[in-house]
Amino acid sequence: MRRTALAALLSHWRRHPLQLASLLLGLALATALWSGVQAINAEARASYDRAAEVLGQDQLESLVPRDGQRVPDRVFVDLRRAGWQVTPLIEGRWARAGRAVQVYGIDPFTMPAGALPEAVGESGDISGFFTPPGRGFAAPETVAELEGAEGLPPLIAAEGIMPGILIADIGIAQTLLRAEGQISRLLLAPDQPLGRAPLETVAPGLDRLAPQETADVAQLTGSFHLNLTAFGFLSFAVGLFIVHAAIGLAFEQRRAMFRTLRALGLPLRTLVGLLAAEVMLLALVAGIVGVALGYGIAAALLPDVAATLRGLYGATLSGSLSLRPEWWLGGLAIALIGAGVAAAQSLWRLWRMPLLASAQPRAWARASARGFAALGALAGLLAGVAVIAGVYGQGVVGGFVLLGALLLAAALALPGALALALGAAERLARGVLAQWFWADTRQQLPGLSLALMALMLALSANIGVGTMVASFRLTFTEWLDQRLPSELYVTARTEEEATRLRDWLTPRSDALLPIWRVEGPVFGQSAEIYGVADHRTYSDNWPMLLGEADVWARLARAEGAIVNEQLWRRAGLRIGDPVPLPGGAIRPLVGVYSDYGNPRGQVIIGIADLVAQFPDLDRRRYAIRTDPAAVPELRRALVQEFGLPEDSMIDQGAVKDLSLRIFERTFAVTAALNVLTMGVAGFAMFTSLLTLAAMRLPQLAPVWALGLTRTALARLEVLRAMLLAALTMALAIPVGLILAWVLLAVVNVAAFGWRLPMFVFPADWLWLGALALAAGGLAAAWPAWRLARIEPATLVKVFADER
Amino acid sequence: MLLSINGLGKGYDSGGARVEVLRGVDLALDPGETVALTGESGSGKSTLLHLCAGLDRADTGRIEVAGRDLAGADDATLAALRRQAVGLVFQQFNLIPSLDVGANLAFHARLSGRDDPAAIAALADRLGLGGLMRRYPEQLSGGQQQRVAIGRTLAARPALILADEPTGNLDEATGDAVLDLMLELVAEAGAGLLMVTHSPRLAARLSRRVHLSGGRLA
Ligand SMILES: Nc1ncnc2c1ncn2[C@@H]1O[C@H](COP(=O)(O)OP(=O)(O)OP(=O)(O)O)[C@@H](O)[C@H]1O
Ligand SMILES: [Mg+2]
Repeated sequence: MRRTALAALLSHWRRHPLQLASLLLGLALATALWSGVQAINAEARASYDRAAEVLGQDQLESLVPRDGQRVPDRVFVDLRRAGWQVTPLIEGRWARAGRAVQVYGIDPFTMPAGALPEAVGESGDISGFFTPPGRGFAAPETVAELEGAEGLPPLIAAEGIMPGILIADIGIAQTLLRAEGQISRLLLAPDQPLGRAPLETVAPGLDRLAPQETADVAQLTGSFHLNLTAFGFLSFAVGLFIVHAAIGLAFEQRRAMFRTLRALGLPLRTLVGLLAAEVMLLALVAGIVGVALGYGIAAALLPDVAATLRGLYGATLSGSLSLRPEWWLGGLAIALIGAGVAAAQSLWRLWRMPLLASAQPRAWARASARGFAALGALAGLLAGVAVIAGVYGQGVVGGFVLLGALLLAAALALPGALALALGAAERLARGVLAQWFWADTRQQLPGLSLALMALMLALSANIGVGTMVASFRLTFTEWLDQRLPSELYVTARTEEEATRLRDWLTPRSDALLPIWRVEGPVFGQSAEIYGVADHRTYSDNWPMLLGEADVWARLARAEGAIVNEQLWRRAGLRIGDPVPLPGGAIRPLVGVYSDYGNPRGQVIIGIADLVAQFPDLDRRRYAIRTDPAAVPELRRALVQEFGLPEDSMIDQGAVKDLSLRIFERTFAVTAALNVLTMGVAGFAMFTSLLTLAAMRLPQLAPVWALGLTRTALARLEVLRAMLLAALTMALAIPVGLILAWVLLAVVNVAAFGWRLPMFVFPADWLWLGALALAAGGLAAAWPAWRLARIEPATLVKVFADER
Repeated sequence: MLLSINGLGKGYDSGGARVEVLRGVDLALDPGETVALTGESGSGKSTLLHLCAGLDRADTGRIEVAGRDLAGADDATLAALRRQAVGLVFQQFNLIPSLDVGANLAFHARLSGRDDPAAIAALADRLGLGGLMRRYPEQLSGGQQQRVAIGRTLAARPALILADEPTGNLDEATGDAVLDLMLELVAEAGAGLLMVTHSPRLAARLSRRVHLSGGRLA
C-alpha cells in the first residue's frame, strides 16, 4: 500500500520536472550559500585554533612582559638561575618585498618536550638549526610562497606546521626581526621545581598568564564572521521562500490526488507520513548538491576572505579548504530543517483538511484579503520586535535581530501593500481591458507573493549593503586623503642608517616626521601607541571626532593622549578620563579621532613623550613632507645615496591604493553573496511564473475567446511581471535605506568600533531598478513565449474541462 | 447484510443558512443485490454515497457496512474499509493525473494488495481501454476517463460498489456494454452495487430501484 501510494505521489514530479528542478535548485542554492559561509567560518576558526596551538601555547603557561614590550635575554638567564623551568620565545612579523611571514624563534634546548615542533626534533641536525644561517621550518605552502625571498635562512618544508609561520632558532629569529638580544615572552614547563625564587624578585616586569585558549585574533574577527553568517542566513532565508513556494504549490496541485488516495483507502496518517518522507528525500538530494555547491562557493570566496582577514586583522588563513564532517553534516541538517520548516504549513493544512474539501488548488492562487491582513499583522509584530531590538538591543547580535525582524516585517507586509496599490490602480483604470489587467494582476498576487518577497529581500539587502559600502568608500577615501598627507614613507634598515637618513633628508624636504610606535596593553587590549611630532601636518589634516582646541599642543607638552574611535567606544571613555599607558604612565584623554579599517585600539601621544617612556623603541620609520612632484626624484636619490631597497619606501598613492584594496576586498564577499541572493530571487520569480502559467489557462482562455490574441496576452504577462518587480523595487528602497542605517550606525559600530556617516546614491537605485525590471521581464519571458505559441486546442480544452 | 442505513440525516451550512439534504434515509442492501438510486440534481445522491463510503460523517442515524458501524470508526479504520471492502466510482472520475491508464487501472487493486496483472489486462480489453494503457488521463476523452474510473474499482473486486453516474458520459451503446460488464462482475463476486443514475432505462436493469426526494428514499 505504501509503495503504491508513494509511487503515485512521486509520479507528480515526473510529470512536472521543472517544478521538481525549482524545488531542488532552490533548496540546493539556499544550502549552498549557507554552508559556503559556514565552510569559510569553520576554516577561519580552525586557523585561529591552530595559531593558538603553535608551539604548545594552548597548553603551557607563559610569562609575558607587563607593558607588552620585549624584554632582554638577560631575564631568561635570571629566571633559569633562579630555578624556573622556562624557555624563551621571540615572535614578530618579517616582511620584505611584499612577502611576509610570522616568525617564531625558539630555543631547542630548553623547549619542553611536546612543544617542540616534531619536524625540528626529527631533523636530527640541531647544530644546523642554530648555527647561522640556521634553518627555517614552515608548512610546504608557506615555503612555496617564500621561495626565493632574500634574507631568510634556508627553508625546510614540514607538515604539521601552521601555514604562514616560520620557526627558527631564537638567535636566527632575533636577527631576522632585528631584535637582537630580545625576547617576546617565556613559556613555562608544566612541572616547576619547588623552592625557586618568586617571580616578583627575579623578573618584576613579567606577568604569569594561563595557557592561551584562543588567539586574540579570534575575538577581533568574531564580528566579521558574524557578518558573514548573517548574510549567509539572509541568502538561506531567501532560498527558503522558494522552497516554501515550490512545496506549497506541489501540495496544492496534488490536492485532488490526495483526496482520491484517501477515498481509495489510504489512511491520512500514512499519507502525511509519506509526504513528509518525500520532502525529506528531496531535501537530502538537494542538501547533497547544496553542500557540494557550497564547497565551491567557499573555495571561490576564501582567497578574498583570507586577504580581508590578513589586511584587517593580521589573521592568517590557510588558502585551502578542508572538508570537515561536522560542516557537511551541518549543511545537510540545515537543508532538512529548511525543507521541514517550508513544508510544515502544507503538511499541517493537509492534516486538518476534511476529505471532501474542494480539490481545486486555490489557497495558493486565489487572492485572500484576510490572508494579506494576517501577514500584515505579523509584519507589524515583527516591526515591533525590530523597534525593541533597536532601542534595547546591544552589540552585533542586537543589530542583527533588528535587521532580521525589519527585513522579515517588510517582506511580510509586501503582498498587502501591493494589493492596495493594485486595487487603487484598478479603481482608476479606464477601459475594460485595463480593468481586467489590474484585477487579474491582483488575483495572481498570492501565487507570486513568495517570489516577490524573495525579490524584496534581495533588493533591499542590495540597497542596504550597497549604500553601506558606497558610504564607506566615500568616507574612507576622503579620510585617507586627510590622514595620509605625507608624500613619502621610508624605513631605514638600521638605527644608524636612520640617523644618517635624517641628517641627509632634513635639508631636502619640507618636514621629516617620525612614525614611531610601540605595542602594548591599554585598557586590557593590545593597542598601538604612536608618537607625533609637533607639526602643522597633524593639526591641519587630522580630523578629530571629539577634542579640545589645543590637542596637538598638549600632546607636544606631554600633557595628554588621544585615542582612536574604536578604543574610545570599547573603553567607554570621556574627554579628561585618564589613559593608562603600558609601563605605567597616565595621560588624560584630550581627543578622539576616526581610524577606519583598524581593528585595534590606538593611542597617540607626543613624540618626545613616547621616546621618554620607551627609550628602546624602533626609530627607523619616517614620513617625508615634500613637493609631490619631487617624490620620484627623491626616491631615486635615496636609492643611490643609501642603497635603500625600493620596498623600504612607499609613497602616498601606494599606501592609499593598498588601504583601498583591503577595503574593497572586505566587501567583495558581501557583494558576491548579494549577487547570489539576487540570482536566487530572480529564479524564484521564474519558477513561480512558470507554474502559475499552467494554472492560469482557465483565467486566460475566456479572455482569449472574447478576442484578445495570444501574443497580446503574452505581452501583458511580461508587462505584469515587470510592473510587479517595479512596485517591489519602489517599496524596497525605503527598507534598504533603513537597513543601511542600521548597518552603519548599529552593526558596524558594534562590529568594528567605528561609525560612518551615511550617503545615498540614487543613481545606484536606478541601476538596481533596471536590474529588477530585467529580472521580472526575463522571468516572464519564457512562460509568455509559451503562451504566445500555445495551441488553440489547449485553450479550448479548458472549456471542455470546466465542469 | 452488506449495507444497512437507518434514519440517516445530513445537512450543510451554506452561506449562513443550514440546508438539510438527507432527512432520515433508510436502506438495506444484501450481497448480490444491485440497487439503482435516482433523484433530481441536487437531491443528495452523491452525498449519500459519500457517507456510505465513510468519506464524510453523518449528522444523525446509522450506517453499517459489512456489519461495521461507521460512526465510531476512526480515520485508519475507515480507510482500511475503503481499501478492502468498498469501491467508489466518482461522478468526477478522480483519476490520478500523473499516472498513466495502466497504473490508474491497477491502482486500487495494488493499494488493497489484490493486484492481478492478467485480470486487469483482460478487464481493460473488455472496457475498450486496451490500446490506451500508456496514455495519461488528460489525453483521454471524458468517456474514456469514466471507463478507467470504473475499471479501477472493478479491478479491486470490492464487496460493495458505490457508483455515481458511472455511465453519465458514455453513449447509449457503450453505456449498456459497461453496465453489462459491471453487473456480470458483481454477480460473479456476489458483491453489492448501489448506483446513481438519471436513466430509467438503466435503472430498470438493476434488481431494485429507490428514488431520493425531499431527503428521503421512496
Ligand atoms: N460541501 C458542501 N457544502 C454545502 N453544500 C453542499 C456541499 N456538498 C453538497 N452540497 C449541497 O447538497 C445538495 C446535495 O448535493 P449532491 O452533490 O449530493 O447532489 P446530487 O444529488 O449528487 O446532484 P447531481 O445529480 O447534480 O450530482 C446540493 O444542494 C448541494 O448544493
Ligand atoms: Mg451527484
